[in-house]
Amino acid sequence: MIEISNVSKTYGAKPVVDGVTLNLPVGGLTSIVGPNGAGKSTLLSMIARLMPMSAGSVTVDGLDVTKTPGDVLARRLSILRQDNHVTARLTVRDLVSFGRYPHSRGRLTKEDLHHVDEAIAYLNLGELSGRFLDELSGGQRQRAFVAMVLCQNTDYVLFDEPLNNLDMKHAVSMMRLLARAASDLGKTVVLVIHDINFAAVYSDYIVAMQSGRIVCQGTPDEIIRADVLETIFGTPFEVHTIGSRRIATFY
Amino acid sequence: MRLLLFILAVLVPLAILSLFTGVSNVSPATLFAGDARAVMVLVESRVPRTIALILAGSGMAVAGTIMQMLARNRFVEPSTAGTVESAGLGILAVLLLAPGLPVFAKMLVAAVFALAGTLLFLAILRRIPLRSVLMVPLIGIMLGGVISAITTFFAYRYNMQQSLGAWMSGDFSAVLRGRYELLWFSFAMTVIAYIAADRFTVAGLGEDFATSLGLKYTSVMALGLGIVSMVTAAVVVSAGMVPFLGLIVPNVISMIMGDALRRTLPWIAASGAALVLVCDIAGRTINAPYEIPVGTVLGIIGSGFFLYLLLRRQSRAA
Amino acid sequence: MRHEAQSRAPLAVLAVLAVVALVAIVCFMTVGARGSWSFVLAFRGLKLAALVLIATAIAISTVLFQTITGNRILTPSIMGFDALYALVQTVLVFLIGAGAASGVDPRLMFAGNVIVMVLFSLILYRFLFSGGTRSLHLLMLVGIVFGVFFRSISGFLQRIIDPNDFVVLQDRLFASFNTVDTSLLGIATGGMVLVGLAMIRYLHTFDVLSLGREAAITLGVDYRHVTTAILVMVAVLVSISTALVGPVTFFGLLVANLAYLVMPSGKHRHILPAAVLIAIVTLVGGQVVLERVFAFDTALSVVIEFAGGLFFILYLVKGGSR
Repeated sequence: MIEISNVSKTYGAKPVVDGVTLNLPVGGLTSIVGPNGAGKSTLLSMIARLMPMSAGSVTVDGLDVTKTPGDVLARRLSILRQDNHVTARLTVRDLVSFGRYPHSRGRLTKEDLHHVDEAIAYLNLGELSGRFLDELSGGQRQRAFVAMVLCQNTDYVLFDEPLNNLDMKHAVSMMRLLARAASDLGKTVVLVIHDINFAAVYSDYIVAMQSGRIVCQGTPDEIIRADVLETIFGTPFEVHTIGSRRIATFY
Repeated sequence: MRLLLFILAVLVPLAILSLFTGVSNVSPATLFAGDARAVMVLVESRVPRTIALILAGSGMAVAGTIMQMLARNRFVEPSTAGTVESAGLGILAVLLLAPGLPVFAKMLVAAVFALAGTLLFLAILRRIPLRSVLMVPLIGIMLGGVISAITTFFAYRYNMQQSLGAWMSGDFSAVLRGRYELLWFSFAMTVIAYIAADRFTVAGLGEDFATSLGLKYTSVMALGLGIVSMVTAAVVVSAGMVPFLGLIVPNVISMIMGDALRRTLPWIAASGAALVLVCDIAGRTINAPYEIPVGTVLGIIGSGFFLYLLLRRQSRAA
Repeated sequence: MRHEAQSRAPLAVLAVLAVVALVAIVCFMTVGARGSWSFVLAFRGLKLAALVLIATAIAISTVLFQTITGNRILTPSIMGFDALYALVQTVLVFLIGAGAASGVDPRLMFAGNVIVMVLFSLILYRFLFSGGTRSLHLLMLVGIVFGVFFRSISGFLQRIIDPNDFVVLQDRLFASFNTVDTSLLGIATGGMVLVGLAMIRYLHTFDVLSLGREAAITLGVDYRHVTTAILVMVAVLVSISTALVGPVTFFGLLVANLAYLVMPSGKHRHILPAAVLIAIVTLVGGQVVLERVFAFDTALSVVIEFAGGLFFILYLVKGGSR
């Protein structure tokens, strides 16, 4: 379980994340939603110890993220941020292999290689595995990075806006894949996501943030309601039920 | 009015102090006593030196301002745009090919080189997608480095490094009567810059803006670059490089008074003169009887100030 | 199969580079030699050792520095490291005087200088890089201006110190490729070996670091610790090269980028030796061509500055520095 207690991040006098206390359940796919500047990505970065917090603490399975050695944590939790830019010339396979670094320190064992092959296959990157990253399209590169993160084989996987750079077809298959990773592989997947309907359809749990605070949390059925969404985003919504899915419109 | 006050209260005392600072004992007392040697030193060395400092300081500060307007970038000045280094290459060319030319002709050659170097700089700027204002000085400094590598190469080949070094390092100690008068030429350029001040202000708003206000952008550009090249060449030929002056003064004045050049240019000229005087007096006193060249003193103050500008900007942006 | 072929190609490139380097070395030792061979070989051998040491120090420090800054145009010397070395040297002479300074064993002096340099560069560059998201152009400009700043202060102090002291200092600071200071070869080699040992310990993290700070942390690298270690290594390497040969601004930039260009792999175990070999070829080979073929003496550093500066501008113009 990821336990976040009283976490704040301030720049000067301005709080970006303001005393957040939150327990993220084990298993399933949790989405963090909210308007721009709500502090979602900042919160995610602090959970993954990429950014120091101004106050509060985060524990993952009881391990304090700021005190636990980096390599111990790296075997439990991984994160993929937006805008991954690599200057080094690496092939897809090279990149995915880095996912095994926390386990093998760069010396790949047979088991590591097996994981690498599996991750490449899982993201359907077989054909591209020998290509250099700078020869790929934005969407293909995004998939390569996801493969690396999955190859790290951690219980907790965090994604910051994983659908950026992806067209509709690839966005849908990415979300399916992440949901599958949660259901089939038993991982705890946490996303920061912009598109409320992707969150509605694929999430097991939704957390809504606004101005650095948690405004509400619950199952999609509890959150995807016109009145709740209006408080979160500050604009009127309509919610329709299509089949078994709840779809929000706001146009 | 306040400008007059500044000149009377700051510049004039500094100038007087400059007259009486140095190894030889020149003071009001010795002058009144009719010490012929003191009078000679005063007339032959101290007065020319003080005038040269004032003219060079005001000229370089104004040249920096004009460059900042034309390149539309706060960090540009003759020593961050390849202008000074090009003038140096010009001097080397003269020394190698026609060492007998009179000083004025040497200055003209240096000015032509300075102009060519600055044009090259602006041409590079036009060709690149400017993602950041900081790229402009970055490219300018590198261009200066490349040009001075060429200069060093030939200077080394023809064993001219030492005499070139003497030309390039900003040092007013060798300024004597008969060796600084070129700087009056730079003063004339400064006056022209003042007369055309409004045009530079408008040109600083950008080419489209200037054109829609009915200004001939290219001719303003040509005038400005001409002034900058002439001033730089005159200063480099008569005293050597005075780094960063054109960066510090215009930026400070702009922070206090804004960018309407008609109003600020006299202030920039006066403050530039005052700053160079202060640095030169400091250079003469800190390690007396040895002198520290004004270029060295300004190098420290100037680069320190440059760092302050850069990092302050950063902290404000964050 | 494919990636077997891929791992063979970098080795082939390395082999070619090694052969070229060897040829350059042989030419350096033999071309234009007159008189007793034993004297020539001993004399040139010392100089060769110095050049190889310098090439190695500059190539490795540049590649590692570029790895931690995630950028291929920043180099330690562009960021003012070697100007810092000259400043430390000047301040030492300024504080204790040349008499005392020349009484001290130059090797001890060098060691002290390296320590001060490491401490100071850690403080300074920690501060500069702690922002994480600072603009690259700002960093470069700040680095260059820091270089100017350090050089100006050095120049200032050199004017203040006793002229006799100044002569001593000038001797120390104005080494160049053909007046390499060979008296420090021993301790420089020692420093190099230490850095080499440290590099072996950290080698596995270099590739991970090239993925960027966040990816490296996610993969469990103790980022602060490792970057500090690398900064220390860079400071030692820059001290070595500057002590032997004086400041060279663009050499590292050139060889590192040539290495990225010819290497069909981005891995450090390929890039680092490639950069070292290219540096040796350029330095030793360039020295042979300029000195013996064209009979130019110190011009090599000038030619390198010229080519490197042009490369830098072209790189910026082409928009490579994103």
